[in-house]
Amino acid sequence: MIQFTNISKSFDEVKAVRNVSLSIDEGQLFGFIGPDGAGKTTLFRMLNSLLIADEGSIELFGLDPHKDYKKVRQIIGYMPGKFSLYYDLSIEENLNFFATVFGTTIEENYHLIEDIYKQIEPFKKRHAGKLSGGMKQKLALCCALIHKPKLLLLDEPTTGVDAVSRREFWDMLKSLKSKGITIVVSTPYMDEAGMCDSVALMQNGQIHAVESPKAIVDNFQKELLAVKCNDMYKALLTLRNYENCYNVYPFGEYLHYIDKRDSKPIEDINDCLLKHDLQEIEINPVKPDIEDCFIELTRKLSV
Amino acid sequence: MRILISLLQKEFLQIFRNKTLLPLIFVLPLVQLIVLVNAATMDMKNIRITVVDMNLSSTSRLLVSKLEASPFFEVGDMLINKQMGIDYLQDNKTDILLYMPQEMEQTLTKEGVVKVQIIADAIDASKAQLAFGYLTNIIQETHMQVMLEQQKLQNVKRISTNSSFWFNPDLNYKYYMLPGVLVILVTLIGLFLSALNLVREKEIGTAEQINVTPIKKYQFILGKLIPFLIIGLFELTLGLLAGKLIYGLPFSGSLLVLYSFASIYLIAVLGLGLLISTLSQTQQQVMMVSFFFMLIFILLSGAFTAVENMPELAQKLNVFNPVYYFMNAIRMILIKGAVFAELASEFRSISIYACISVTLAVLSYRKTN
Repeated sequence: MIQFTNISKSFDEVKAVRNVSLSIDEGQLFGFIGPDGAGKTTLFRMLNSLLIADEGSIELFGLDPHKDYKKVRQIIGYMPGKFSLYYDLSIEENLNFFATVFGTTIEENYHLIEDIYKQIEPFKKRHAGKLSGGMKQKLALCCALIHKPKLLLLDEPTTGVDAVSRREFWDMLKSLKSKGITIVVSTPYMDEAGMCDSVALMQNGQIHAVESPKAIVDNFQKELLAVKCNDMYKALLTLRNYENCYNVYPFGEYLHYIDKRDSKPIEDINDCLLKHDLQEIEINPVKPDIEDCFIELTRKLSV
Repeated sequence: MRILISLLQKEFLQIFRNKTLLPLIFVLPLVQLIVLVNAATMDMKNIRITVVDMNLSSTSRLLVSKLEASPFFEVGDMLINKQMGIDYLQDNKTDILLYMPQEMEQTLTKEGVVKVQIIADAIDASKAQLAFGYLTNIIQETHMQVMLEQQKLQNVKRISTNSSFWFNPDLNYKYYMLPGVLVILVTLIGLFLSALNLVREKEIGTAEQINVTPIKKYQFILGKLIPFLIIGLFELTLGLLAGKLIYGLPFSGSLLVLYSFASIYLIAVLGLGLLISTLSQTQQQVMMVSFFFMLIFILLSGAFTAVENMPELAQKLNVFNPVYYFMNAIRMILIKGAVFAELASEFRSISIYACISVTLAVLSYRKTN
């Protein structure tokens, strides 16, 4: 189990992480979701012993990352947000290097990386700097796994990766989870939250909710309407000024609208939009997804 | 041990794959040796002299013929107008002007004393002084010869000097310069390569990945130090070979002593380079700081100018200057054939330097922050 207790960390004036407490169960696929600058990377760097917390304590499988950093480094596989393997070494050489550094060999833990490594094996003589984004990411994952870590720590692994590769990547994570590795991942993409067993919504250095993605969505109390018409921008401005509007924001090709009242106000909104000369109006109730929940949470906190 | 070996393996792979660095390592020493050794010569040759001879006597002709025979002077136009000579100086057509007045020979014979005038372009003060010195010597010689011919010096007692130049009998300036250039070369490679290499890992982000591995600080620093030590010694060898083949550099002393000293020296310099890079965040910072140290170290070390002529403060500062010790040692070993015992104090100083710089580098390398 991983336990954060009242963790805070500041850089000069900036409070990167504020009084964070949460626990992550062993064997989970746990996600930190939050926009850039939320404090995810800082939290990760404290967990993997690269940063020391100003306040609070962290427990990682019974170890303190600060005091027992040597042991912690043996059981963590860390993949930083920025690709940080040697550009001028080949796939094979990078992997070999990190295996040796951790006192193991590729053969010893090949079963862990086999599925992933097979995909990049045809290019094993190629220098890491010349790989595509998706291949780099697979190589980095292999290197982070090669010493059979108990905890895999992935800092924004899917940032800058195409949609297909992202899906593939999450499939890989699920299969690693089934091998008993605890995985902690951070991402700015809300849609990826659904893949996690449990997610923490993070903003401005604070954790807002730690729940399963389903529970987060279920907790969304309000009626959500998806609005579409011929002039979306005008509609957005119109609805923002509408007296009963609770919140409205663009969401893909729709506007997501929440009303202050509890009743379903489809007719009222339709009238309001018509009054402002908008046409082809289409209003449907929709189920909220995790992004709606996040927007709702941050709204609650900022008000 | 396995970790260290794999670190070294990685480092060498990277160096040999670096398409910019590799030619530099091979070509730099040769170019430096060929260009710098010749350029940094302090030998004074071909000083342009203009003679204004108003006398046109046998004495003045004797003096001019002596000037022409001298390797130091290149006699230009002979003028008969002092103002023209001064114009030559103004227009930078000559370095030094010799004015011999009318009646020179006659006055000399009659009174035994005569005045000639020397005007030197003293923009380069040391050159002007040397030229002045050489010229005065030649005038004295001429004077002596004239006196002897006129039999006026029969009973004069003379002190005759017999000089011999030890260790460098031909006064070959290159033997002095070449080891100096070699030291600069080895220092340059050592300091810059090691310092830039480590900070590059920080910039690219690989340091972050290394930091979460169980690699120990000293292993990491050794992994950076050993490859550049080997490259530095290789550079030295290349330079010595080139020096031998191109300039016939003498190897009077033992190569074992030289290489032992060079190794300790390189460790000291590499430690300093690594220390700079552990304290820096970008390659730019490393470049500026290293350059600052390089310049001071080299100019203070006595590579181009004698340390004895420097102000006392500068001489004292040399205690902290690793280049100074190596500069002394390599010249003593190569030219004078100094043995270990004669260099004991240099060995001691540089060893202390090496210990301190490497220790500081290891200590200041932070895996956490």
